[in-house]
Amino acid sequence: MGLLELLIFIPLLAAALIGAGLPGKVIARSAAALNLLLVLAAISQFNAGNTLAHSYPILDNPAIAFAVKADGLSLTMALLTSLVLIAANCQIGEGKPAIYYVSSLLIAGGAMGAFLCTDIFFLYGFHELALIPTLLMIAIHGHGDATNRRAIAWKITVYLGVGSLILLAGLAALVVALKPASGLTFDLAALMQSAKDHPLPAATQAWIFTALLVGFGTLVSLFPFHSWAAPAYATAPTPVAMLHSGVLKKFGLYGLIRIALPLLPLGAKHECVQQALLWMLIGNIIVIGLVTIHQQKLDTLLGNSSVMHMGYIFLGIAAGTQVAINGAIILMFAHGISIALLFALCGRMRNQLGTLEFSKLGGLAANAPFLTVMFAFGTFASIGLPGLANFAGEVMVFLGAFDSNINDGFKLIHWATILGLWGVVMSAVYMLRAYRNLFFGKAASGHFMSDPVITQRVSLVLLAGVLLVVGCCPGLITGLLKDLTIAAP
Amino acid sequence: MMSSFSIEIFLAVVGVLLIALDAFATELNRKVVPWAAIGATGLALILMLTRSADIPAWITPFYATDSLAVFYKVFALVTTLIVLIIALEGDFITAYFSSSEGVKTRIGEFYALPLIVCAGMMWMASAKDLVALFVPLELVTVSFYVLVAFTRRSAMSLEAGVKYLILGALSTGVLVFGIAWVYGATGSLSFEGIAAAASKPTTNAMALMLGAALLLAGLGFKVGAAPFQIWIPDVYQGAPTPVTAFLSVGSKAAGFVVLTRAVQAFTGDGSQIATQVGNALLSAAALTILLGSLPAIFQTNVKRLMAYSSISHAGFMVLALACGATGTVAFYMGTYLPATLLGFLLLVVLRTQGVGDELKDLAGLSKRSPLLAFALAVAFASMAGLPLTAGFMGKLLVFMAAISKAHYGVVALAVVGAAAGFYYYFRPILTAYSPVEGESTKLQVSPVARVTIAVLIVGVVAVGVYPKLLQSVLK
Repeated sequence: MGLLELLIFIPLLAAALIGAGLPGKVIARSAAALNLLLVLAAISQFNAGNTLAHSYPILDNPAIAFAVKADGLSLTMALLTSLVLIAANCQIGEGKPAIYYVSSLLIAGGAMGAFLCTDIFFLYGFHELALIPTLLMIAIHGHGDATNRRAIAWKITVYLGVGSLILLAGLAALVVALKPASGLTFDLAALMQSAKDHPLPAATQAWIFTALLVGFGTLVSLFPFHSWAAPAYATAPTPVAMLHSGVLKKFGLYGLIRIALPLLPLGAKHECVQQALLWMLIGNIIVIGLVTIHQQKLDTLLGNSSVMHMGYIFLGIAAGTQVAINGAIILMFAHGISIALLFALCGRMRNQLGTLEFSKLGGLAANAPFLTVMFAFGTFASIGLPGLANFAGEVMVFLGAFDSNINDGFKLIHWATILGLWGVVMSAVYMLRAYRNLFFGKAASGHFMSDPVITQRVSLVLLAGVLLVVGCCPGLITGLLKDLTIAAP
Repeated sequence: MMSSFSIEIFLAVVGVLLIALDAFATELNRKVVPWAAIGATGLALILMLTRSADIPAWITPFYATDSLAVFYKVFALVTTLIVLIIALEGDFITAYFSSSEGVKTRIGEFYALPLIVCAGMMWMASAKDLVALFVPLELVTVSFYVLVAFTRRSAMSLEAGVKYLILGALSTGVLVFGIAWVYGATGSLSFEGIAAAASKPTTNAMALMLGAALLLAGLGFKVGAAPFQIWIPDVYQGAPTPVTAFLSVGSKAAGFVVLTRAVQAFTGDGSQIATQVGNALLSAAALTILLGSLPAIFQTNVKRLMAYSSISHAGFMVLALACGATGTVAFYMGTYLPATLLGFLLLVVLRTQGVGDELKDLAGLSKRSPLLAFALAVAFASMAGLPLTAGFMGKLLVFMAAISKAHYGVVALAVVGAAAGFYYYFRPILTAYSPVEGESTKLQVSPVARVTIAVLIVGVVAVGVYPKLLQSVLK
């Protein structure tokens, strides 16, 4: 059993042990810490030029194997997963039932599996495995009254369920269409070879790409399939909100970059598909940006902002150039860390203050200087301030997108880039306003917030530190991505 | 070393002997009947796995021993074994509802009849012609008439028995009528002969089509394919739960094996009616999936929910059949077995603890028995087709078969059905895991039930992550 298998099975095993009655806190935290160490070990192995890959066939016809392989993209996502897992575990308060630990480990283990497997069957399967605890936790332990959270849980179950099934149909169609002479296979490398040897007609590629875009897009809250996201994050228990918005949601983007772009290059470049994607991502940035500005509560504001920021990543994917894709990957990582940080703070505020409405709060900085600083990190990262990770990603996406085919004239993608830049301004408006309303000004009576205990502080500093380090040296991630080849445009 | 044919004879003989034992033996000996039935089935399973390939020469014209037959024979034995364990688990409930007030009636037949049914199902799996199909089919069906109405003090069971009897008899009539037409059109009763005649231009296609339609209608009734699925919810809900489990897994599988053989005969190379039969099956599949999935959304009774679920599963299997993927049908059946039997076993265990089968009765189950709640989650997750459970593999293969035949419309409808499944299969899981006030006594689960539950959970997960276990049937 190699490193990558351990990365997947340690969280799952820890979840099983806790489910069997062992103490949650100790096991969950040690598993999370061990996982981070192993990810770092895997990254150093990868940088040293070792191939980390194993394959265990589970079915011959169609060929399905439990196959894991690490490259820069999957290791970046694995690092994100383990970082957010640690932070999420540290947010689980004393006296919470074991299911909090079990669910966070299952979500992280599932996400790990989805990011590390190179067989479409397991890639899809692990994502679903992570999705189930998310849905159950929102339904059972979500915030708000029972009827309301049930309704929201059903909404996202139906949205994500239908999205996953459309995705499954698209993936099945892909596997059938790219059948090599040796018989059906779910192995990405074999499918890639087949796509190279016998390219599919553009029309076929376009419609399969569309199915994948709708399926993956629903999972990432691509406009107009986004309406599940904001209420879900506002309702979800804090660790679940952190893990889903920070990590699991990135699966859809990961899938597009890992499967759809390389296997269906003509589909991605198809005129109609590209136009549609651009209009949808403009919807994400502008429409949801405006919606976000109007939010009066921190949780729905963060939920909507997370939907909005997906627009930038889609822009990178739509552009399809190497710079834009790398930017999108950095942004996936950076957004994951920054939104997890913000949701962690949001959860603490909800617990201590009992309300998240801007009109009822203010002046929190007086008693919680540490949280004020952390929130500043989250806010500035979210806006895309230079020096924090998100900036590096956004700049690369914008440059890459603007650069694409600019010599052929000014197209929709360039308009989308310009509108995206306006989106940054909108982010600044709502995030800074929220920051000011919550932490500065006159202290509202009856609400008091203090700084957290040391473990929580450490976990938050970890996230903020990563934002800073990657922001100052984006080369840490781009170095991993240098050999990553997405199909040539 | 016994041949599969002798194993079937053995089971039928043991079944009859046990009925006699139950009728004439003393009170003490009667307690032996359930365990004797379980032992005989287990022994038959072992014999089946170590069988000799030789069968008497005189029987070969109408008795097949191909891989399809062997798979379904083992399938029938495993099903019967688990059903008998489920029946034993719910023994006192069956006894209570089948005897008059204050009288303890013997219910040995309840354990003996499944052996006879099992022999019939195993025989059906080998049917090479329409007579060899019809005789064991009736053996199975008639035994089920008794079993469905067995708990005679329960009005629902009686109602279910009457409905099943009337509709079952009607479908038998239709089936025989179909057989007659097919024989008239092709001059042959064997599937080989029918396939050969179907491709001859001299055969009257209209007559053959009418025969095929009637035959498929009769078999469609047995497997619960639309539009012949109306009886399922009432009968499944009314029948004693072990019998429901037997009907929904064993009887359905037996129906599918003969359906597979009949469809293969009608859609062979150059068959004049291949297109029509294919289209009929496709429409039936789409209709069955929808008529199973959509009403299931509104169910508040778990047993009835599982009845609708079984209709929807039948739809997926008919879809695979319509795509000519007979291996996939068998594979799907293999994934359907552990999850469904686990579901019914849980219902029986809960019933013995005074927990009803309404959805709301499941509230707080995770507190009262973590094992049962987890098993429930696994069973329904597999039925919903969540990845890494057996159910997902089955659905995936069906989707792939349909996509490779370019039946995109039906795939879209199947996606709708599967999406509805996310709702109605998740509701019991959610209810079981929701914290509630009120009843919180711990539930007792007998050791036998614990072991069976564990084995079935392992089965669901093992097939889900290592489908090679069922690989042989795909060839």
